[in-house]
Amino acid sequence: MEAGVLAEAAAMPWRRRASDQSLRREGRTWTLWSVGVVVTFGLPAALLIWIEPLAAPVSAIFLGHGLAVLHLQARRGARGVKPIGAATDGPERTALGLLGDLMDHGSRDLLALTGLALQPGRLGAWLVGQEGAILVRPGGHRVHCFCVRVGEAADLPPGDRVAHLLLALREDEEGFATVANRNFSGAAWRLRWELPARARPALGRARAAADA
Amino acid sequence: MSRLIRLDRTGHTELASWTADDGASQEAAVEAFRRELEEGMLASATMADGTAEVVRELPLDADLVVMRRPIAGG
Repeated sequence: MEAGVLAEAAAMPWRRRASDQSLRREGRTWTLWSVGVVVTFGLPAALLIWIEPLAAPVSAIFLGHGLAVLHLQARRGARGVKPIGAATDGPERTALGLLGDLMDHGSRDLLALTGLALQPGRLGAWLVGQEGAILVRPGGHRVHCFCVRVGEAADLPPGDRVAHLLLALREDEEGFATVANRNFSGAAWRLRWELPARARPALGRARAAADA
Repeated sequence: MSRLIRLDRTGHTELASWTADDGASQEAAVEAFRRELEEGMLASATMADGTAEVVRELPLDADLVVMRRPIAGG
């Protein structure tokens, strides 16, 4: 195995390694897809109103379908990340203690507040949850949402799940993005709407970190 | 004091600890490390700058080495 390469990524030679360029390409594809959805639903809706203004309610329903598709996609990205809750029992507290030790003071406070761990990287600023991660790209405008989890995590406390992902991310950022499955990419504001209110400040901090 | 820990259901378990001048504790740590690798765990050494590095041999100069399970796309 090549030094510095995530073992899990090395075990998937068929998957093209993620990079700044590949993420940019994926971002463009997602934008094209979103434009396609808007055009597919918006154009007939506009045409219908032009032909028959009284059909506006039908047009609105049609357009609403298109917006719902975009909304659901962002929601899928937001729900995949799963912030951790407050520690309740022994193992959870122990896990959170170790996770806190792995992070700097500012990130630790943010974790306590939002349930997400902030990790700056070369590809942007990451927010890591129990079963996924959000990457805010440099500039802070675009986000990529990833589904990634510990292989056998049923018995692990939430803090340990985040610690697993955080360590893997630190070992090899691009390898981490290679192993993870994508479930959304788009404007940060679209994701913000769908995040639980508690987790939103984390996105703000990650955007600021990605813009720095 | 350097530590080898495993992330598990208890939060984490300290498997070994060692110091630079204690050969016996180093040997015990190396043995514990190998046992974990054989069981399919992956090792991550935390560096002073906050990064982590995948390791296949126990780095005796590291402060903290964490054994973790493999991750996968969800």
